[in-house]
Amino acid sequence: MTRVLHVRDLRVSFPAPDGHRFHPVDGVSFSLDRGETLALVGESGCGKSLTSLALLRLVPPPGRVDAGSTIRLGDTDVLSLEGEALRRIRGRRIGMIFQDPMTSLNPVFTVGDQIAEGVRAHLPVTKAQARERALALLQEVGIPDPAGRLDAYPHQLSGGMRQRVMIAIALAAEPEILVADEPTTALDVTVQAQILEVLDQLRRARGMAVLLITHDLGIVAGRADRVAVMYAGQIVEEAPTLELFAHPSHPYTQGLFASVPRISGPVERLTPIGGTVPSPTAFPSGCRFRPRCPQAFDKSELPPDLLAVGPDHRMRCWLAEGRGGRD
Amino acid sequence: MTSVSPPLLEVRDLVKHYAAGGLFAGGPPVRAVEGVSFTVGRGETVALVGESGCGKSSVGRTILRLQEPTSGRAVFDGTDVFALDRAALRRLRRRMQIIFQDPYSSLNPRMTVGAAVAEGIEIHGLAKGAEVARRVAALLAEVGLDPGYARRYPHEFSGGQRQRVGIARALAVEPSFIVCDEPVSALDVSVQAQVLNLLADLQRERGLSYLFIAHDLAVVRQIARRVEVMYLGRIVESGPTEALLASPRHPYTVALLSAVPEPDPTRRRSRIVLRGDLPSPSDPPSGCPFHTRCFHPGRNERCRTELPLLRPVGATLAACHYAESTPAAAPATAASA
Repeated sequence: MTRVLHVRDLRVSFPAPDGHRFHPVDGVSFSLDRGETLALVGESGCGKSLTSLALLRLVPPPGRVDAGSTIRLGDTDVLSLEGEALRRIRGRRIGMIFQDPMTSLNPVFTVGDQIAEGVRAHLPVTKAQARERALALLQEVGIPDPAGRLDAYPHQLSGGMRQRVMIAIALAAEPEILVADEPTTALDVTVQAQILEVLDQLRRARGMAVLLITHDLGIVAGRADRVAVMYAGQIVEEAPTLELFAHPSHPYTQGLFASVPRISGPVERLTPIGGTVPSPTAFPSGCRFRPRCPQAFDKSELPPDLLAVGPDHRMRCWLAEGRGGRD
Repeated sequence: MTSVSPPLLEVRDLVKHYAAGGLFAGGPPVRAVEGVSFTVGRGETVALVGESGCGKSSVGRTILRLQEPTSGRAVFDGTDVFALDRAALRRLRRRMQIIFQDPYSSLNPRMTVGAAVAEGIEIHGLAKGAEVARRVAALLAEVGLDPGYARRYPHEFSGGQRQRVGIARALAVEPSFIVCDEPVSALDVSVQAQVLNLLADLQRERGLSYLFIAHDLAVVRQIARRVEVMYLGRIVESGPTEALLASPRHPYTVALLSAVPEPDPTRRRSRIVLRGDLPSPSDPPSGCPFHTRCFHPGRNERCRTELPLLRPVGATLAACHYAESTPAAAPATAASA
């Protein structure tokens, strides 16, 4: 396996009114191999979207990526890049799609122009070649009548079609990595199925690595090779998808599973997680899940590291100490 | 079911068209609801399920006359809702309430949560003076909020807490029926479970009836005993939740069900990827509204010309000419364009 992305100890901070800085992303480490899909899962405010923005150096000021963080894209140290070198990373090596395609598309340019612009920004081609390429991309993302749609404006397309256009733009320069931040959250469930299918086909065809950011465990189950669950700015559990779903181990992950209504099996009363997600300006000390954790104990007052619970399976919980040898 | 008492709510042939306005004035109307009939029993939850643009929210709003119907009837506990004058309608609203997907946009940001909950009590003259505050405190406690929060403003609350405020506000006038319009769609899963449990508890304790409008079949399964599946303004399938999910007879229900992302990587269900987009409700297809996207191997010319009506097939009612032979799932590789 070729490692395409390596993130180590990523910390993103923002200034608080009292002059200190708080850390919505606080020590996140993960890696991505070629052709692999890694899901970053968590609820609002867990830091998953900021993590993805940091990869492209798009953290909005006054936020910043703190010193000591590492983001390596192949041999490139992303955090040391400036200006033109940084621009060549965005789009060219890491493509990105967001939840709401309408706000990322320019309403006054045709779909074809916007894709061709993406192509020409990164590849040495003529206008005509770029338009050819745009047409091929529309075809690849499954847009019916691609030649006719080339001259359409964004408002003339449905939400699902717009998201396909966004994917085409993200793929224009053939990036090694696609970051998909809640790519189907704004879409209906049947359209969601279409888009996820397209993403999967493209990943397989191009050997692209995908970082899938989502709150939906259902999407993860069908599409990701590995899962990292985030809570309060940290990864609290990580494992291959089958392993994580078979043995969810962190009390937060277990809580998420118990909260989700199921489409099959017996209908039982849901077991919600008590309390609310903590604000990034005031993460609890010790284990950050402690105030909501039904299994908290004395040691939870100390911050746990990611500890092994099984093969390729780690969690940020002291309970792992008793289970490290599970096979 | 063999209930002796008549249903709490009976909706018959409800139609709601919106005139095309603005730039498109004079164009064809948007046919949001095209002849919808169903009933809601006492203490029962009926779910209206469908994707955006199917007309489900228009049904909910029209029943409460937040929007005026184009035609049809809605009878609530013996009262013809669409025939009421304003004063009578106001009295009826004490018994029929609504909660929304985004409670933030339905709460006045400059009114304390206590005042928002008290408003209905005062408008309907249900209590006076100190009794109002006492009721507000009791309602906040009932929905799981600290009664001390009455003096706070909506922006001080999380999404889940605001939905609880929305529920307390609806309960304040002691309704027997609540339209729940996507009440948990905007909430994180852990909080969604809290609100679903709360709605179930309140139903049991107060004997409430719900019309639960949603797009998520797993959520619907958790809360509703009966389901009405809508597509392009029509009910295409109707029946008891478990029967409908176990053996759906309308191809659209089959597709919708197969698209639900299930949090279980070991279950490999064949997924039906529907072709194309939802047609425009201002220019719906002729015949069966689903025929442009249907994958039923038996579909034919009749589907393009003749509108199928709801009829009993197995344990549900389905509006498909060939519901008897609807495949349990389409070939997993159905075209995705």
